[in-house]
Amino acid sequence: MDNLQSIQEQALALIESADSLAYLEEVRVKFLGKKGLISAQMKTLSRLSAEERPEAGAKINEVRDRVTASLEAKKETLELHAEIQSLMRDAIDVTLPGRPQDVAGLHPVTRTLDRLNRLFSSLGYTVATGPEIEDDWHNFEALNIPSHHPARAMHDTFYFDDGRVLRTHTSPVQIRTMVNEEPPIRIVAPGRVYRCDSDLTHTPMFHQIEGLVVDRDISFSDLKGTIITFLNRFFEADLDVRFRPSYFPFTEPSAEVDVQCVMCEGSGCRVCSQTGWLEVMGCGMVHPKVFEQTGVDTSIYTGFAFGMGIERLAMLRYGIGDLRLFYENDLQFLNQFHG
Amino acid sequence: MKASISWLKSLCPTDLSIDDIIRRLTMAGLEVDGVKPAAKSWTHVVVGEVLSVTQHPDADKLNVCEVTDGASTYQVVCGAANVRAGLKVPFARVGAVIGEDRSIQQAKLRGVDSHGMLCGADELGLSDERDGLMELPDHFVTGSNFADLLSLPDHVVEVDLTPNRGDCLSITGLARELGVLGQSTVRYVDCGAVDPESDETHDVHLSAPEGCPSYVGRVIEHVDVTKPTPMWMVERLRRSGIRSIDIIVDITNYVMIELGQPMHAFDRDQLVGEIDVRMAHPGEQLVLLNGKTLILSDDVLVIADQEKALALAGIMGGEHSGISEQTTTVFLESAYFDPITIAGKARRYGLHTDASARFERGVDWQLAERACQRATALMLEICGGVPGPVMITDNEKALPKIQVVSLTNARIKQQLKIELAPETIQQMLQALGFEVDVTSEGFLCIAPSWRFDIAIEQDLIEEIARIYGYNNLPTSLPAQALTMAAVTEAETPLMRLKYYLVDQDVQEAVTYSFVDPEMQALLGDGVRGVRLANPIASNLAEMRRSLIPGLVEAVRYNVNRQAARVRVFETGQCFVSSGDRLDQSERLGIALYGQQGPLHFSSDRLVDFYDLKGIVDGLGMINGGGSLSWSSGEHPALAPNQTAVLSLNGQSIGVVGRLHPRLARELDLPKPLFLADLSLSPLLSGQVTAFKEISRYPRVLRDLAVLVDDSIAWQQIVDAIESLGDSRIQSVELFDVYRGNGVPEGYQSLALSLSLQDPEKTLDDGAIQELVDQVVRILGDQTGAELRG
Repeated sequence: MDNLQSIQEQALALIESADSLAYLEEVRVKFLGKKGLISAQMKTLSRLSAEERPEAGAKINEVRDRVTASLEAKKETLELHAEIQSLMRDAIDVTLPGRPQDVAGLHPVTRTLDRLNRLFSSLGYTVATGPEIEDDWHNFEALNIPSHHPARAMHDTFYFDDGRVLRTHTSPVQIRTMVNEEPPIRIVAPGRVYRCDSDLTHTPMFHQIEGLVVDRDISFSDLKGTIITFLNRFFEADLDVRFRPSYFPFTEPSAEVDVQCVMCEGSGCRVCSQTGWLEVMGCGMVHPKVFEQTGVDTSIYTGFAFGMGIERLAMLRYGIGDLRLFYENDLQFLNQFHG
Repeated sequence: MKASISWLKSLCPTDLSIDDIIRRLTMAGLEVDGVKPAAKSWTHVVVGEVLSVTQHPDADKLNVCEVTDGASTYQVVCGAANVRAGLKVPFARVGAVIGEDRSIQQAKLRGVDSHGMLCGADELGLSDERDGLMELPDHFVTGSNFADLLSLPDHVVEVDLTPNRGDCLSITGLARELGVLGQSTVRYVDCGAVDPESDETHDVHLSAPEGCPSYVGRVIEHVDVTKPTPMWMVERLRRSGIRSIDIIVDITNYVMIELGQPMHAFDRDQLVGEIDVRMAHPGEQLVLLNGKTLILSDDVLVIADQEKALALAGIMGGEHSGISEQTTTVFLESAYFDPITIAGKARRYGLHTDASARFERGVDWQLAERACQRATALMLEICGGVPGPVMITDNEKALPKIQVVSLTNARIKQQLKIELAPETIQQMLQALGFEVDVTSEGFLCIAPSWRFDIAIEQDLIEEIARIYGYNNLPTSLPAQALTMAAVTEAETPLMRLKYYLVDQDVQEAVTYSFVDPEMQALLGDGVRGVRLANPIASNLAEMRRSLIPGLVEAVRYNVNRQAARVRVFETGQCFVSSGDRLDQSERLGIALYGQQGPLHFSSDRLVDFYDLKGIVDGLGMINGGGSLSWSSGEHPALAPNQTAVLSLNGQSIGVVGRLHPRLARELDLPKPLFLADLSLSPLLSGQVTAFKEISRYPRVLRDLAVLVDDSIAWQQIVDAIESLGDSRIQSVELFDVYRGNGVPEGYQSLALSLSLQDPEKTLDDGAIQELVDQVVRILGDQTGAELRG
């Protein structure tokens, strides 16, 4: 019996000291293998009496189970250790650059237009579009700009030989909408427009968004409220807004809208030419002649329209100083407007 | 319009500060663009009189002068050539400060003491040109404060008028507005009749009354045209941006600025027979005041005598009949010309004049006679002369009509959401020159003859809003019944597509819609684009037919700036004409150039066809749009071996390929450029998902490798397998293409993976084998493929 005890102690000590799975296996064979020391103990049972046998057998089994459990535990430990060692051999430098999945960006004009579309959509406007090569009627006549009108000279129009023009504003989309739809109308019409003019502050192509609301009892105060709300939402600031009488052939009364300078908050800076105000859009009540041209009943309906340049808004919003950057498509410029 | 504040205040006395005047005008729609001092500021400058002039002992060009300011006499050294005894000049005494930084001290000039400075007009900011000393008229009292004599300090405001407000192109017009805005009484200029002193007249005939319905003329004899223009008039003209020419021209210009009536003066002795206001004869020539010869067409109105055209009506006078130093008899013209007749002619001939700017917008058609009286009075006062009677030739029928406009209280309330007392509205409009009767419903208004912009009720509403102040009007948001917007699921929003591309690291570009015709020809399909009649530059002369020329330019721009990798897209209208039809539909273009990915240690390769194809395929997948089908194609600008044409649901939508290496070389693009030119709208039509039952039974994958002739396209393999029509074959995917060792020349080895699944039951080995065998058989039959051992 002393022998059994010493076998157990010896086995447990060897297991404890094992530092590799291979050595541990050797230990297992030495004690638990078919010819192992514990198996040999089992064979001694036959030499015992039938009365002694169960007790002795139980003791051997006890030793065997304890050794087996110890072996298993040690094996698990060594396996874990081996795995960690193996992983460490394959260790990576986590500070190396990640496999790039760059995200590009929308053009700042698109980004701005999209915000405008969403702002006005939230007020129930729908987005309308129209052709960029327009006929004279949609671009001028229907908007109360007959051929001799001095306002035509202000438009610097691009012409085609057949008399058609590149639209000089997005207002023709108003006309198309009023001709095709019955009030109530609430649209915004974003898009490209063209003027035969190019210098530091003009590009021959630029973008506008036009808004039109036609319904019963639309008033100048509705126009003012809409514009003020829009400008505050667009610039995400509570800015002063002022309306100045102006002139557009297709609206009466007409107004130009100034917003408190977003750069200097009205104290005067280079961007606002020290005035504290930035001119951002034109607007007015739809001229009855435009309604007549498009078949809207002026005895029932009134409406307002507004229009603004997108590049101007984008420049103010993002602090861009040079209009020409918009159409050079320099990636160093464009990349700044991520997704 | 430049306006002197002191001149303005002389008609409209007001205590308002300059800033207030500017703000009120601007907020009433007469936008003040800028304000400048009318001259430099100065102190201690008086009218000095030169008593004597002696040569400086040590300097040829300097003189030593005795100058008096009326009280004392000073020695002043002066270098001006026109200095002489008896001359009156602005004299800056010691202690004077001129402008911001010039102070006059006692000084020694070449050893001679100088006590003060005799001034030139430029030195006082009264002229842009250096022209010796400023010579003052004799009647200026020696010693008097020079600034007071010139109504200085004064400011000049630049008013940027909208085209409808031609009535404000005069000091009188601005004073009228300011009077209403500042509630002060305007003292209009006296234009009372100057009685004739002779019977001398000159006949006028109106051959084109629609262009000139009214012509006022007057002969003035014995005029001394050599009289200098008085200093006050020179100054007022200068502050209005007009140079003094001679007294007669100055008087007509002065009346124009003062009242708004452009006038012209002829040398009566040069006129041959009666004046005829007529349309030009086609090809008729006219030499203008500026020496330029015009060849006229018959839509141009001219003032002619019986021999020839004398002046371009309402725009510019001719060289021949103008006032010269010999002139003694002046024929004054003060006419009303129809705006539509004048409009555009100045632009056509590049002759934007003060007169044309006014006539185009409309000059008060009842002003001509008063202006003629005013000019006569000025002429008699300054030059003397014997006036004949005022001759008015007019054609009643062709004259503008008096506008009578009614305005209802209800309309004012509906549009402006304010209620004003009828007297308030009446006063506002009367101050603007309207005649106003109060009616039971509102008002009946007669518009003044200078307001060409008043025709309908809304015009009056704007006047009321303007005077009341736009910013004092209430604000609200339109109250409208709530409606719910349509959200059409089968329509893919354009922004969805854009965000997809942006997420694939393709940057959005925006290029001009007009392109270089040469580039378009180089990169196009051989068809010319629509040309602009008046392009801004020859390389922006043709409307784009696709987005490719613009994107290629954008790529080149960035490659020239050392970009190793350029990935751009654009969407927008393109313009394709066929016969009379012009198609303006939206297209999508994509360009990929250079490195496939951003620089990284794990990979380093150039972008290829399949990179672009993958991105384009993704476009098709968005919103269940349907799969794109690709086939080998051709395009003149693309490499023949790497070009595909695409269709979606049977509809051809565009082309994808590599820019032809020959063109890439020509365009200085050293690496391959891949381009997609696609029609946008098919890509935006998605579909609402129709759910299909999913199988509960396991899916089995079987890989096979087949040997097939090199000429067989992958699409043929897919089509062959699909032709089995067995729904249990869920998908076929290609995972390897191999040529080389072990594969015979002219063949390729394709490794494909079949995904098999039965919706009803688990596939057993027998069924699987049967399906695989079917696939191998059909591939053999249709493509000659053999299973690899």
